[in-house]
Amino acid sequence: MQYLAPTTVEEAVSALAGHSGDCRVLAGGTDLLVRMRSDMADPDAVIDLKRIDALCQITPEKGGWRIGAAVSGAEMGEHEALVADWPGVVEATNLIGSTQVQGRCTMAGNLCNASPAADSVPAMVAAGAVARIAGPNGSRDVPVEEIPTGPGKTSLKKGELIEAILLPERPERSADAYLRFIPRTEMDIAVVGCAVSLTLDAEGTCTAARVSLGAVAPTVLLVPEAANALIGTKIDDPALEALAAACSAAAKPIDDKRGTVDFRVHVAGVLARRAAVIARKRAGGAA
Amino acid sequence: MALDDKQQYQAREFKVVGTRVKRPDGIDKVTGKARFGADMSAPGMLVGRVLRSPHAHARIVSIDTSAAEALAGVHAVVTRADFDEITGDDATADILDNCMAGDKALYDGHAVAAVAASSAAIAKQALKLIKVDYEVLPHVTDVDAAMETDAPALHKGRANESVPAGMSANVLSRYEFGHGDIEAGLAKADRVLERTFRTEATHQGYIEPHACLASMGADGQADLWCCTQGHYMVRNVCAAIMGMEQGQLRVTASEIGGGFGGKTTVFLEPVALALSRKTSRPVKMVMSRSEVLRATGPTASSSVDVRIGMTKDGRITAGFAELRYQGGAYPGSPVEFGAMSAFAPYDLENVKTIGWDVVTNRPKQAAYRAPGAPMAAYAVESAVDELAKGFGLDPLAVRLKNAAREGTRASYGPTFPAIGLEATLRAAKDHPHWTAPLGKNQGRGVACGFWFNFGGDTCVSLNITPDGTVTVSEGNPDIGGSRASMSMMAAEELGIPYEQVRTIVADTGSLGQNEVTDGSRVTFAVGLATIEAARAAKREMCKRAAMTWGIDEDAVKWEDGAAHPAGENAGKHPPMTLKEIAAIASNTGGPIAGHHEANPEGAGVSFATHMVDTEVDPDTGAVKILRYTVFQDAGKAVHPDYVEGQFQGGAVQGIGWALNEEYIYGDDGVLQNAGFLDYRIPVASDLPMIDTVILEIPNPGHPYGVRGVGETSIVPPLAAVANSVSEAAGVRLTQLPMSPPRVLRALQAK
Amino acid sequence: MSKIHVTTSVNGDPTEFLCEADETLLDALRDRLGMTGAKEGCGTGDCGACSITVDGRLVCSCLMLGAEAEGHEIGTIEGMADGDQLHPLQRKFIEHAALQCGICTPGLLVAAKSLLERNPDPSEEEARYWLAGNLCRCTGYDKIIRAVMDAAQEMREAS
Repeated sequence: MQYLAPTTVEEAVSALAGHSGDCRVLAGGTDLLVRMRSDMADPDAVIDLKRIDALCQITPEKGGWRIGAAVSGAEMGEHEALVADWPGVVEATNLIGSTQVQGRCTMAGNLCNASPAADSVPAMVAAGAVARIAGPNGSRDVPVEEIPTGPGKTSLKKGELIEAILLPERPERSADAYLRFIPRTEMDIAVVGCAVSLTLDAEGTCTAARVSLGAVAPTVLLVPEAANALIGTKIDDPALEALAAACSAAAKPIDDKRGTVDFRVHVAGVLARRAAVIARKRAGGAA
Repeated sequence: MALDDKQQYQAREFKVVGTRVKRPDGIDKVTGKARFGADMSAPGMLVGRVLRSPHAHARIVSIDTSAAEALAGVHAVVTRADFDEITGDDATADILDNCMAGDKALYDGHAVAAVAASSAAIAKQALKLIKVDYEVLPHVTDVDAAMETDAPALHKGRANESVPAGMSANVLSRYEFGHGDIEAGLAKADRVLERTFRTEATHQGYIEPHACLASMGADGQADLWCCTQGHYMVRNVCAAIMGMEQGQLRVTASEIGGGFGGKTTVFLEPVALALSRKTSRPVKMVMSRSEVLRATGPTASSSVDVRIGMTKDGRITAGFAELRYQGGAYPGSPVEFGAMSAFAPYDLENVKTIGWDVVTNRPKQAAYRAPGAPMAAYAVESAVDELAKGFGLDPLAVRLKNAAREGTRASYGPTFPAIGLEATLRAAKDHPHWTAPLGKNQGRGVACGFWFNFGGDTCVSLNITPDGTVTVSEGNPDIGGSRASMSMMAAEELGIPYEQVRTIVADTGSLGQNEVTDGSRVTFAVGLATIEAARAAKREMCKRAAMTWGIDEDAVKWEDGAAHPAGENAGKHPPMTLKEIAAIASNTGGPIAGHHEANPEGAGVSFATHMVDTEVDPDTGAVKILRYTVFQDAGKAVHPDYVEGQFQGGAVQGIGWALNEEYIYGDDGVLQNAGFLDYRIPVASDLPMIDTVILEIPNPGHPYGVRGVGETSIVPPLAAVANSVSEAAGVRLTQLPMSPPRVLRALQAK
Repeated sequence: MSKIHVTTSVNGDPTEFLCEADETLLDALRDRLGMTGAKEGCGTGDCGACSITVDGRLVCSCLMLGAEAEGHEIGTIEGMADGDQLHPLQRKFIEHAALQCGICTPGLLVAAKSLLERNPDPSEEEARYWLAGNLCRCTGYDKIIRAVMDAAQEMREAS
């Protein structure tokens, strides 16, 4: 295996595009090294992004935030302004693995690993995040939900890599929240995950919402019916009931070693309800 | 020497025993200096790796190792053909077959070949070049399915004479214990409860994977360094497998990173020796975590029927249990211990247990802390709890009413001497935990547990150095502070400070045979041998003092670390301290030492009662442990910190077993969760503090009253947690683990 | 395949090593540098026994390539004591009997030190969550948490 450590995005793209073998992008490495160790990946080369300074930064962009592909979960959690704008995205990213894993793992890597159970992805999808892709033909911005196409598969083309995740500007009285269900209190992969992002008006009525679910389908789901259950309401009990029902209806999970179909369908609704209540409170609505 | 030394318990004032001294290996272990199994290397060392079966059950038609052998950097490949067949010793033959498959691979992960190469990367590449032609066979992993008469059979003709004709070939032994008349007893009950309980296989989960370093010379002598609970066992088993004389193989135990019973056998060691023999180079082998989970000893999974009768005032009129345990691909599930221990906490007129040992296409089970007892206690203690609560009775009062005590004829045969069960129950009833208020969706559970405790072959050598420090050599790896405990007992007996004694774990060339560190035997048996070795040294020192003073040996007594004239007639002589006697030893007959070799009887049985509060999330079935208290009889707590540590560690392993740990097999018989990600042992944030109450009811069979404490603590928690969760959920749960989907399903079915 | 030359510092000592491109930092530390204090319990970031710090941040050395250490400062258990002066956490682990077998101890100590550097006054819950990635199978965590809380208090009082 070759280890490549370019210092610019252009070099990285050129190495990735020019390599004839199995060439992988190494951001935090907390998934890739596990795959290599478990014989699920045997790359001919890895391209380490962490020596590209621009990719190690969290910077304001158009009222929102640009988070470089090599920024660790721990760094996001320590960035107060980012946490204030996007508490749900940060809490979701901070749920990936242990404290140790937080020291390395990245949101972009979590997205490209393309696991339906990835914790940060439902939060990014609910946030309306955009992935900025660098490739041989230049840069393009793509909604995050269009990146994973199935377990372990992405829509990235040969030579392309994600250089940053963009989180949009927040209107007033907006907030997000992410909850996942795991059997223990830490160290597990989500059995179900749910993110809610919403905006309230001055009276506490929900004017905009996005709701997404993880680990209940081959990719993270954006659930418009669930968002519609909230919009126009004060996120009261009937709205929460409708939200839960919409999430359970949208869930199309499988039975596996982590959970059953029935369990996931039911808990998708439970988590949606709980996450919406947290987001409502964070946005300044009823506690 | 004028001493009345008995191996029986004698009340005494302790000076060192019972204090909380610092362990001798503490600094090495907090600074990273301590050397564990994988931390040793040798000049010219090769790396050994194992190729494992991807199939649950397959005939090995052929193995072609030529491409691997041709790879540059590969020094040897071994398969079963490199080992002589073992005849006349089924147990050792099974161990060999488990270390390296013969004509069949019997489970996913079964070793089929191994390589020694100059680097890990080359070894890994070589494994991919070994071509194994498998004929895949039907498999079975569930214990009840394996007992069906048409189940795929792992072996032929292995059932012993206890098994009735016409049963599945996978049923290898039947055990029966008990006394009285079950049906007559049940007829006197106001209610008879019948239930079936199931538990999944769990792994010991030690954090240190198996590792060893073997070096064998052309003269047939060999040295082996490994992490094990018993290096004398490793020597004997490896010598038998390799066709060596035991004295030609020296085994040194590394520090051991946890075992819990799982390191009481061998997996890698004979393979490493075979690779070293073939290459004349040292060979190091270290398992990955996935290999540990796929191929080393989990405990049995179980399916248990119980039938218990109780009167409405809480008297148990009869208890019956039929236990079915699968122990993986070879005979030897711990069902016999399960059948013996199931009703041990109760004084019953009518009791009977039947146990069935069953094989399946899973890894060969290894001992796991009180092997076989937790599953049996889970079934019986759940049923007793349900009966008690059904009559509106206090579950502790019901247990006290039926508790085994001194003179009780145990369900497995013997009559108990002084035991501590009642003491643990009374301590539980008096504890503030018992009456603390509970909130919504919360429940409290209690359960009792029992373990036998063992003695076993033991050697201790105690030497007095010229400057009067004391070295103790013992032959049992220190898994949780036993070097400290041995030093404490030696210091106590010699009347010197703890700091004046240092205990080491000696290699197999230094002492006679030692049983493995199992059966909670070390503090009892090695402690007893240490005390006896110290007494032998004291007798010698008294003799030297007598010689110096010119008086009779019998006129000298040993007190507070010094020889004293015993009484007026012995004359006036100032006491001679141990250091003073040591200093002149060369002139009074030579070096002074004491040693003791024995297979001591008298390991006192041990009982515990556990109490636990849980909260169940009614929307998700998630269980949170709110509060936990362990009450256990230690006989005499030599080092209370380590006794508490055993109580706490066992309780938490039991919590894991109850809630989230399980072996998950796919329809293909392949283990689906061979890693710490999905084999879910408790993490720090899952738990509250684990409170402990040490009871001390002296064991009559030990000079200081010591009982083993290591294993009993894993026996009650499965049932205690189940009783607590069942109360919190308002529905009886009868299957472990009580994972959230299972609890939620029970809640929804209410 | 030619090896990669890595220049780094380990516990303050300038250090160089050669490693394979796909070799983890844990293997490089143990096999190239003879620093066996970090342990491999899983190799997949699930047990924390290989915990080290990189530029002061807690990581699993099994989830990093040796090559990624280039130019960074590595801290391991071997650098925790100052000569014969144990770190307060090391002392408290011994005093509270917070270790039984000791295999998880180096990783737990490195992780706990990292916690107290960021949060000198953690609640019990914060300590438990911070250390959730460090598996211990012997102790049930009780005495470990007590040792960490006691060390934190002593360090606060000393500062």
